[in-house]
Amino acid sequence: MAAIEIQGLEKSYKTGFFGNKLKRGLMPLTLSVEEGEVFGCLGPNGAGKTTTLKLLLGLVFPTGGTARILGHDLNDISVKRFIGFLPEQPYFYDHLTALELLDYYARLSGVEPRERKRKVDRALARVGMSDSGKTQLRKYSKGMLQRVGIAQAIVHDPKLVLLDEPMSGLDPIGRREVRDLVQELNEEGKTIFFSTHILSDAETLCDRVAVLNKGELKGVGVVADLLREVSGEVEVVWNGAQAIPALSTLGARCHATGDVVRALMPERSLEAALAELRKSEARLTSVTPVRATLEDYFLARIGEAKPNEVHA
Amino acid sequence: MIGRLGAIAFNTYREAVRDRVLYNLILFALLIVGSSVLFGQISLEINRIVLINLGLTAISLFGIVIAIFIGIGLVSKEIDKKTLYTVLAARPVRRWEFITGKFLGLVMTLTVNALLMSVGFFAAVMYVSHGLGRGDLQLLTAIYFILLEFVLITALALLFSTFSTPVFSSIFAFAIFAVGTFAEDLRGFAQMANGATRWLMTGAAYLVPNFAALNVISQVAHNTAVEPKLILLNTLYVVVYAAAVLTASVWIFERRNLK
Repeated sequence: MAAIEIQGLEKSYKTGFFGNKLKRGLMPLTLSVEEGEVFGCLGPNGAGKTTTLKLLLGLVFPTGGTARILGHDLNDISVKRFIGFLPEQPYFYDHLTALELLDYYARLSGVEPRERKRKVDRALARVGMSDSGKTQLRKYSKGMLQRVGIAQAIVHDPKLVLLDEPMSGLDPIGRREVRDLVQELNEEGKTIFFSTHILSDAETLCDRVAVLNKGELKGVGVVADLLREVSGEVEVVWNGAQAIPALSTLGARCHATGDVVRALMPERSLEAALAELRKSEARLTSVTPVRATLEDYFLARIGEAKPNEVHA
Repeated sequence: MIGRLGAIAFNTYREAVRDRVLYNLILFALLIVGSSVLFGQISLEINRIVLINLGLTAISLFGIVIAIFIGIGLVSKEIDKKTLYTVLAARPVRRWEFITGKFLGLVMTLTVNALLMSVGFFAAVMYVSHGLGRGDLQLLTAIYFILLEFVLITALALLFSTFSTPVFSSIFAFAIFAVGTFAEDLRGFAQMANGATRWLMTGAAYLVPNFAALNVISQVAHNTAVEPKLILLNTLYVVVYAAAVLTASVWIFERRNLK
């Protein structure tokens, strides 16, 4: 069963003084996230990532389309017992301590009174905040609030966890801890759907990703498959600058340091390039396939670069 | 459902208390002690009347101001700060439960505040009257009516909070409180008009909350009994009016996109 099944979900907002103009927040989106997956939703600011999350969570109402979460209709409130959500830049009731806040959310989620304390303590421990549980949130740093935000998203042991920019505001160690936590949650069988700008995190964590731009889905799939779409370059290193003109005609971008030349070229030109190198009696040092990154795919899909402009 | 309502209400109460709302009690205590000492110099009877008028009016006004200033932010502040995202997005909390819980929480805060003030007030009355008599039970009726006022104004402030900014909400709430204080006069004016104006004015006069009917402070200060029928009618009126206003709040809030 799909954890999230989206069918043509769309959102337009009325703008202008008389509300007579329409602004499209999300073009009709069709997408499904399987149970047990880590799914990343990527896109620049204003791409529609947060709108998608808000539509799924009933905070804004769709102007078209439908969606099902864990097999339930969007309007079925009972399914929320099984969902955890971290908003972007979370802000909580700052008069509460972390323990009180998590207890409040656990109550609202219907956690049994006898289990509440154990679950609250466990959630705080998982985000490394056990020692700060009795401090009011108004005294917390941004990074600590982000951790509490993650704790509240998992305190009721949900099946599906939706995270909006979970790495935002965290230092490198904090980001690493969140990555580990996401992996840990996924190993427990939870489905994770998160939005992010930080592509390296998405690449490390996600089974599949979707790329959104200006409210439109630009691509979706398994990370390795998507990278193949934009990869296809090789790095060739040899000794002998005399071969540079011939290889440049094959589309190689050459950079010489003394007699050592390093060139990036399309994989399809490799055979011809090697033949040229043999002909000019250059000494071949290495041939290395260049691995595309999610950033390359992302940039290609949102139109800021053409496919095959791969990062070295 | 009851558990969720209780949790939201208690959280609202706890937030108000920790935001030092109850500090107004200090001001109230100073006012009551000061007036007891000051008016103690005059004759016993006048002193008592002034103290009752002043004390009950202070309990009412302090509560009204708190109700409006907290009430107007009950929903809009949660939207601005996005604190309600984590409540409504991923908890099985219906929007009407959120609104009702917030309402109950603020009414609870105002009730506790008024009851604490009432303890000080009765102590002051005992001090100037050298004890309490059976007639002083009427004071409890006046305090009960003040609590009914709080229920009405909280519901109205919450309604404005669901669709307006805090500044406009406070203007609307204070304006409607001021107009409602003269609801009986409005009805009188309406009777004097003719034709369509009369119908319109009568409609408007009955639409505004009748705070005038809930004010029996002067009456009890002069030891005039409040009819049990008025207690029943006022209670019914407030329950129906507040329920209608809350229903309108829920209706608006249910349709809002929480961007």
